[in-house]
Amino acid sequence: MNLEAFLTEVKSRFPGASFEQAGQDWVLRVPAAEWEAVAGYLAGHGPRFDYLSSLTAVDRGDRLELVLHLRALAAGERLTVKTDLNREQPEVASVTGIWKTANWHEREVYDLFGVVFRGHPKLRRILLAEDFEGHPLRKDYVDPRRRKVEGQA
Amino acid sequence: MTTAEKTATQSEEVLEQVLTVNFGPQHPSTHGVLRVVARIRGEYLQDAEPDLGYLHRCFEKIAEGWTYPQIVPLTDRLDYLAAITNEWAYVLAVEKLLGLQVPERAEYIRVIVGELQRILSHLLWMGAYALDLGATTPFLYVFQERERLYDLMQLVTGARMTYNYLRIGGVKRDLPPEFFPLLEKALDNVLKVADEYQALVLENVIFQARTKGIGVLPPDLARQYAISGPMLRGSGVAWDLRRSEPYSVYDRFDFAVPTGQNGDCYDRAVCRVEEIRQSARIIRQAVAGLPAGEVRAKVPAAIRPPAGEVYTAIESPRGELGVYLVSDGGPQPYRLKWRAPSFVNLQVLPEIARGAKVADFIAILGSIDIILGEVDR
Amino acid sequence: MDLIHAPFVPGVIQTTVDQVINWSRKSSLWYMLYGIACCSIEMMATGASRYDFDRFGLIYRGSPRQSDLMLVTGNVNLKMAKVLKQLYDQMAEPKWVIAVGSCAVSGGPFRGSYNMVDGVDQVVPVDVYLPGCPPRPEALLDAVLKLQRKIMRPQRQGVAS
Repeated sequence: MNLEAFLTEVKSRFPGASFEQAGQDWVLRVPAAEWEAVAGYLAGHGPRFDYLSSLTAVDRGDRLELVLHLRALAAGERLTVKTDLNREQPEVASVTGIWKTANWHEREVYDLFGVVFRGHPKLRRILLAEDFEGHPLRKDYVDPRRRKVEGQA
Repeated sequence: MTTAEKTATQSEEVLEQVLTVNFGPQHPSTHGVLRVVARIRGEYLQDAEPDLGYLHRCFEKIAEGWTYPQIVPLTDRLDYLAAITNEWAYVLAVEKLLGLQVPERAEYIRVIVGELQRILSHLLWMGAYALDLGATTPFLYVFQERERLYDLMQLVTGARMTYNYLRIGGVKRDLPPEFFPLLEKALDNVLKVADEYQALVLENVIFQARTKGIGVLPPDLARQYAISGPMLRGSGVAWDLRRSEPYSVYDRFDFAVPTGQNGDCYDRAVCRVEEIRQSARIIRQAVAGLPAGEVRAKVPAAIRPPAGEVYTAIESPRGELGVYLVSDGGPQPYRLKWRAPSFVNLQVLPEIARGAKVADFIAILGSIDIILGEVDR
Repeated sequence: MDLIHAPFVPGVIQTTVDQVINWSRKSSLWYMLYGIACCSIEMMATGASRYDFDRFGLIYRGSPRQSDLMLVTGNVNLKMAKVLKQLYDQMAEPKWVIAVGSCAVSGGPFRGSYNMVDGVDQVVPVDVYLPGCPPRPEALLDAVLKLQRKIMRPQRQGVAS
């Protein structure tokens, strides 16, 4: 079964999903509410995307975009999965139950973007100190230590 | 109760207790500034929780404010033992966004310096790992060899460690003619060192006793944790991006992907030593087939990739090094995500260290081959 | 206060004693094995076969309590700064610090970003600043020689080249 046929099947099962081809890669977009369900389906069906290469986020200004890069080792397929999150209160179900590797990736996204993952076993900052304020990879982050000298440089 | 009896009961009580032990961030065996909070009961580890961030340098945020060519030297500082592979992953992403065709000679040169870098990185690992297990001599042996290879890299790039050699669209300059005879000699030496290491360390009974059956990572667990590189191959999964998803010109070379069977520390060590031999093989083929021509494509002075995004991955000495690059059409990346293999591989540490003896913990941690610059970014 | 920072009232015998003490101090600088980032690989290279730190009496120690010299080989961020200060405090007097590499000197390419300490001299006093990214082993040896010269002449400000 090729990837396009499989994605059509995913779409029929999860009506909110949509997919497109960008260059050589396929991108699947899902609503945030179906994030975990779709992820579980992708991991267990079709080419079996059993290998989560990376999980990250992009601050698009008006929303936060969560991005998964998946691989199916046996079938040699690659897939990108995305969802949009509310910027003010970003919250989504954790996928640590599906891929164990998501644990640290989700902690990193929580640390640097402030996305809350429901059901994560230990959602704490991972790179920055516990007492750090703010989420620096957001586009509107201002370093409180530098605010004073802004405009001088 | 006599004093001796009292002491005996007390020490038994201590053995029953669970102690929380802090390890790092300043510790000779953490290969940098990793901190691990270990919970031990007697001689056995109950849990080992890594604490990261002591080298977090805001790379991804800085990259959003710099132009595309400026970021190339910055990537050198991530995995500082394999600077070329960092640059390579990054320029590959930009080239894909630009739709740029790189001259063939440049691709071959990238393979030559990239594989040299893999040898350099694995050599250091071999020395440091032997040091972790208590053998000082191999460390000095491999550094002797590394210095010779550093001289070679310096001849090509002008620097010892942080090269800034790859460019978007090619490489900085051609290989000098005096490079080739020196390379031939250096490769002979490297193969000799690999054989020596095999005889001196890998076949050493003490080394085998310290590493065989220690830190076993079953293949299923490795996939669950998205482990890559020699760690995954040590567990018997023949997954190498140079083979399974060939980038650059790797599909033209003949090389083996070494795998282990048991997924223990010993298998990982064997895989790395064998990879040195395979890298030497690839370099020899690349030198023999080096085509003539330019080493740099015509690239506009101001690089502005069209809006879009790309995820590229290459096989760094530590595994899958992925770059997720998002462009909004401007001169600076909109977002640059660094999928560092060390970061992902380190995550499995608590799983494979649980239940191990405290002394074996160092052997397990060392066998993961982490570089903190890349873990923390 | 140690002898170096508060020398005796100058006198013929006392200055000679100072000289002997300083000479012995500079000849056995034990450095703490504290590799932070890229520069630590060059520190290892300097300690290994080709460059050989031992010639100058430099031997690495795993513990700060046995060390005289701290080589800050990399950038210090907010999380690390507390640890660095603690390690410095654990070292016995007299102690010296070399800031190895641009990051330790001033923050280097990472200067000014949200998590960084721009220069390790904001946390601990630095004796020798060694720029470079990373500095070559020869440069590191030169920095150590400069420090040794400084130890021999504590009353002088700066280091005569």
